[in-house]
Amino acid sequence: MEAASAIHRPAWLAGLAPLAVLAVAVGIFVALDAPGLDRIGVPQEELAVERTVLRPGEIELHVRNDGADPVQVRQVIVNDGFAGFTQTDEEIGRLAAAEVTARYPWIEGERYELMLLTATGATIEHAIDSAVETPDADLGFYGLMGLIGLYVGVIPVAIGMLWLPWVRTVDARWMRFLLAFTIGLLGFLAIDALLEGTELAGEGSEALGGAALVWLGAAGAYLGLSAVDAWLSGRREQAAGADRPSAERASGERAAFLVALGIGLHNLGEGLAIGSAYAVGSLALGAALVVGFALHNTTEGLAIVAPIARSGRARLRTLVLLGLLAGSPAVVGAWIGASAFHPSAAALMFGIGAGAIARVIVQIAPQVRDRAGQLLSPLGAAGVLSGLVVMYLTGLMVSV
Amino acid sequence: MWENPVSRRKLLGGAAATGAALPALHELIPHQGLHGGPSSAEAAIEHHRAAHRGSGHLGAVGRVDPGSGGLDPTAILRDFDEGTLADGVRRWEIVAQDREIEVAPGVRYAAWTYNGRIPGPTLRAREGERLQIRFANGSRHPHTMHFHGIHRDASDGVPGVGPGNIGPGESTVYEFDAMPFGIHLYHCHSTPLAEHIAKGLYGAFVIDPKDGRPQADELVMVMNGFDTNFDRSNEIYAVNTIAFAYMNEPVRVKRGELVRIYLVNALEFDPVNSFHVHANFFDYYPTGTRLEPRDFTDTVVLGQGERGILELRFSYGGKYMFHAHVSEFAELGWMGFFEVED
Repeated sequence: MEAASAIHRPAWLAGLAPLAVLAVAVGIFVALDAPGLDRIGVPQEELAVERTVLRPGEIELHVRNDGADPVQVRQVIVNDGFAGFTQTDEEIGRLAAAEVTARYPWIEGERYELMLLTATGATIEHAIDSAVETPDADLGFYGLMGLIGLYVGVIPVAIGMLWLPWVRTVDARWMRFLLAFTIGLLGFLAIDALLEGTELAGEGSEALGGAALVWLGAAGAYLGLSAVDAWLSGRREQAAGADRPSAERASGERAAFLVALGIGLHNLGEGLAIGSAYAVGSLALGAALVVGFALHNTTEGLAIVAPIARSGRARLRTLVLLGLLAGSPAVVGAWIGASAFHPSAAALMFGIGAGAIARVIVQIAPQVRDRAGQLLSPLGAAGVLSGLVVMYLTGLMVSV
Repeated sequence: MWENPVSRRKLLGGAAATGAALPALHELIPHQGLHGGPSSAEAAIEHHRAAHRGSGHLGAVGRVDPGSGGLDPTAILRDFDEGTLADGVRRWEIVAQDREIEVAPGVRYAAWTYNGRIPGPTLRAREGERLQIRFANGSRHPHTMHFHGIHRDASDGVPGVGPGNIGPGESTVYEFDAMPFGIHLYHCHSTPLAEHIAKGLYGAFVIDPKDGRPQADELVMVMNGFDTNFDRSNEIYAVNTIAFAYMNEPVRVKRGELVRIYLVNALEFDPVNSFHVHANFFDYYPTGTRLEPRDFTDTVVLGQGERGILELRFSYGGKYMFHAHVSEFAELGWMGFFEVED
């Protein structure tokens, strides 16, 4: 009888059955207030400060409830003194966000320690190392961030792409070296992105995933790019048919496109870092910054043109688009970083960048193989190592 | 701490310092243009005005309502408990109780109390009287009552001597003679000592000289603090427990009348506390054990457990501040007003 009735139901219903049972079980459990599980201990009150906005006479904290219990902020202490304040929510629920604004005559450049005192007497502490007014997001500000993004992202990448004519002249052996070199510098960027993402995740809300966000982002980007690549290659093969030169060109452009996309995602993270540093006044805008980034990022231009060097004439339009894809995210990142920085989101972005770069490395690695089919031949290994070293050294220009 | 998030950002900051040779970016783009402000001078003045608009604020946000589980610091000021005198013996009943107290607006503290209040009742006797204090422990933890004074060890209220620790549900009687005259204190002496005191087990203990003191408007002020997050430093400071209580409800006194303050420092974790009154000076009697003042001053500094008697008269009407001259304590709650009326 049962079997007979089951035949008439669609098969997917059976797949939903456990979910329905789970929903009912959870409903009963909650309705009975978790029978047998008495809550012990004191409330766990945790708030993560995700953003600080300073205006004349005001310090605004954007907080997110990171703990297991609701948090009620009842007093605000700034530098060992009670301060007047307002808040958007009397009670901040789990994972909910709120704004707490203290009235305080802060002075530029000085250090402030804030303490949010909750109804139970617990304290959430937050330090502002050097108080600087948060810039207004007006047109001039966006202009400035755009200019910085241009200087550190678009222009260096474009300059680096000017290596294309030279890259065309090198023989197959040195071409393999150049591609290995590209892998080395991409590898450096991936490691850099993972480290920065992990560091940022530590400052964001742990309840939102913490460092797992970086790795999820990386996995997501890797899988996503793999799918895009498979789709692109399927289409191109259909279109090109047996026309071998055009198929080769398509494959070169595809690799260049992926490299540019990976670098672009990384530069988005770099822009975020610059923009948010500017917003809190810890970015000293100056020539050294621009020069350092120019050297550091010019090599990225080389990485983009290396895959297309062997595949005949590249159209100028394609080159410009590749350059913009790799460089312009720095501009967008700077805008976002300076006006709406969020550590957990930034950590995710860095993870995505790292994952994309990892996929790109896998993409170009086969071209490094020598005639014997060895990937890490002495020449290949030397290339990768050179890439890492050059990125490390030019990175010092930014860091000294 | 996202001010300092990415290592690169620190790197960026340093980067500029090394590159003085080329014109800096901020020189190419005038800073004022970024904010769309008028001239830099006007902007600076506007910044200054805005910055100080909110700075008239002194104290916490909101106030503690004495009716809703709080204490009434104004009542505590003039509340002297003389117990009952019968057959030449003065007797009190004191019960230790665990109780939640709102120590600053909206902030509740799980306190340990004598008779449900912090500071505990101000016990008052006359020099030479025989005193009996029946102490019952209604708390969930062992406690004692240790009195400052001159007495036998059995009535000293320390663990291991005489009745020692009084466990939950147990009781004892401390008996001794009131001496010497002065302003003293009593507190719990169970270990860990700092915790038992800091949670609220202390009170003022006044012994009047045989011939009394001149008629005055008498006030008790017990300086204390609360470590609400258990990091062994205080988040909240006060006189008579509730932060900023006398800012909201000033201590009312009469112009020209002698005001006598029994001042006790029951603060834990901070080695010193102080008392400062504005626009006036006072005679100071350390520990109140001499009838001659040692000092005529406007500020006294007291170590832990130290106390004294202050006598002053206000010559003018109006509102006069008093607070710890440890400014940090003042801004964290130990601040109030006298309101002098004709």
